[in-house]
Amino acid sequence: MDKTQNNKAWFLVLPVLVIVAFSAVIPLMTVVNYSVNDTFGENEFFWNGLGWFEDMIASDRMHSALGRQVLFSAIILAIEVPLGIFIALHMPKKGFWASFCLVLMALPLLIPFNVVGTIWQIFGRVDIGLLGHGLASIGVDYNYTNDALDAWITIIVMDVWHWTSLVALLCYAGLQSIPQAYYQAARIDQASRWSVFRFIELPKMSGVLLIAVLLRFMDSFMIYTEPFVVTGGGPGNSTTFLSIDLVKMAVGQFDLGPAAAFSIMYFLVILLVSWVFYTVMTTLDNAETK
Amino acid sequence: MAQITLKNLAHSYLPNPQAEADFALKEMDHVWQDGGAYALLGSSGCGKTTLLNIISGIVRPSHGRVLFGARDVTDEETAARNIAQVFQFPVVYDTMTVRENLAFPLRNRGMDAAYIAARVAHIAQMIGMEDRLNRKARGLTADAKQKISLGRGMVREDVNAILFDEPLTVIDPHMKWELRTQLKQLHRQLGHTMIYVTHDQTEALTFADKVVVMYDGRVVQIGTPEELFETPAHTFVGYFIGSPGMNLMEAKITGNRAHLNGCEVPLGTSYAPVAGRSQIGIRPEYCSLTSGAGLPVTLRRVEDVGRHRIIRADLFGQAFNLIAPEGMAIDADMTRVVFAPDKINVFADDWRVAAQAGGAV
Repeated sequence: MDKTQNNKAWFLVLPVLVIVAFSAVIPLMTVVNYSVNDTFGENEFFWNGLGWFEDMIASDRMHSALGRQVLFSAIILAIEVPLGIFIALHMPKKGFWASFCLVLMALPLLIPFNVVGTIWQIFGRVDIGLLGHGLASIGVDYNYTNDALDAWITIIVMDVWHWTSLVALLCYAGLQSIPQAYYQAARIDQASRWSVFRFIELPKMSGVLLIAVLLRFMDSFMIYTEPFVVTGGGPGNSTTFLSIDLVKMAVGQFDLGPAAAFSIMYFLVILLVSWVFYTVMTTLDNAETK
Repeated sequence: MAQITLKNLAHSYLPNPQAEADFALKEMDHVWQDGGAYALLGSSGCGKTTLLNIISGIVRPSHGRVLFGARDVTDEETAARNIAQVFQFPVVYDTMTVRENLAFPLRNRGMDAAYIAARVAHIAQMIGMEDRLNRKARGLTADAKQKISLGRGMVREDVNAILFDEPLTVIDPHMKWELRTQLKQLHRQLGHTMIYVTHDQTEALTFADKVVVMYDGRVVQIGTPEELFETPAHTFVGYFIGSPGMNLMEAKITGNRAHLNGCEVPLGTSYAPVAGRSQIGIRPEYCSLTSGAGLPVTLRRVEDVGRHRIIRADLFGQAFNLIAPEGMAIDADMTRVVFAPDKINVFADDWRVAAQAGGAV
């Protein structure tokens, strides 16, 4: 059916546009301003064109931070999405234990990021932490402050602990919306457990799963607080993710120009990847309808 | 295919049922013929879905046995019972094509590919979806999806019975009629035992050879549509079947006379003295307005429904319906109603009373 096109409807979006302008666009413009100028303070700016951008694109430091970031997000998604689905499938569907599990699952989500970081920072310490000391006393050589692999494992486990609940809860909501008749029909059709998952549960979860993947990608790609609190980006630069490096550059070294140029590219990367994710997944969805 | 026997079957959802009210399904003993088309009819909460789920094996009855043919299936799983069920809402596997949907039950049972292809083609032709076999099921309309569910139910040749749980609820009225006709036709072609749950009397009466009317966890009558109409076994059948339902009035019965509010109504036959609360029931179709002798009625309004008119009236302060044929003039002096004597049913404590042997007048 053909819909009537009326572009006046755009006026309805205007209030949101104004709010977003003040909360996001205008502050972002300051960053744009820094990214094309050089400054030594005192509000004096010298035009630098795309110089900072060229520097940043060629910078090894940024390349390795980006590499670590991509690896981190990939690991996070590869663990949290299947684990979240697995947990959602095994949570009780109703009764006291369903509510109990929901509360239990929601708890990590309610803890502020820096508190999560502090919890794990202490938890993992070899001298006083339950985890660190426990591992040490059973003879595992674990120290996240001077072993890069240990630091990575700690941060990944922490993120899985903190955020798998989100994926699980979203999937759980998707599963709860499946009418009982589907399972009964599957039983009558003698479908295997795998078929039930593949043809009933997964298709019904695909919508929320798309949201879960997007959220987890964006959040993990922007992760700052928790690794900053736990490892401070170390040992060496091994857990210096993009945002940590960015803050070091901007606030630590006061290289505002390169940092601004870099943060704009960082923003565009997230925007682009999210868009690609979304488009690919929705077109896959539509293609199936045909 | 098999005859279904319900042996002393009863079900309670409570762990320790004591009183009769604890039972969602009161004890029943029935044999349903192989190849019959049965409709389970009743209002919401009367236990018809419970009964259906017991037959399909989704619910295990707390008392009694279920037999398919000579085989006791009470403790068997749904899958082992070899039945098919069509649900209230279309259940299709969205990401599969129509063809894959139809083939799914056969494939899960490890049938051979050539047989599956032939069977799917046959069923697709029966439900009129040959041209859409390669489409994904997701984008289809509700009635097309329901046809797929139907087709998935019929694709296996060896099913013992096909159960329908209000399958036409989500279907547009004009498609309902078409699907119902198709179902009836399929029943004739395939000869499966079919059990159709509904609360819609039109659906039940047009689909089934035998209608099973349920009320308050009990099967109150199993009969042909005509039997339900003419000789309802229970007052519930009287007012649930028919539009409007049967008129029921408190009356005292003596022989072949009924006395209500001091007026005498002749009955078509004689009755032995009736114990308990006695009522007479007369269908609106068998009442007529007259200006002569009869019971006094006050007319409230006349509804013209096309083929006839429904007259809403008061009889001794109680609502009373009668049906007047199209074109009959209703005059102001028509304030009396007469009943066709042999169409009057007598009920004692809601159950129909049979006429006294040799009591016909």
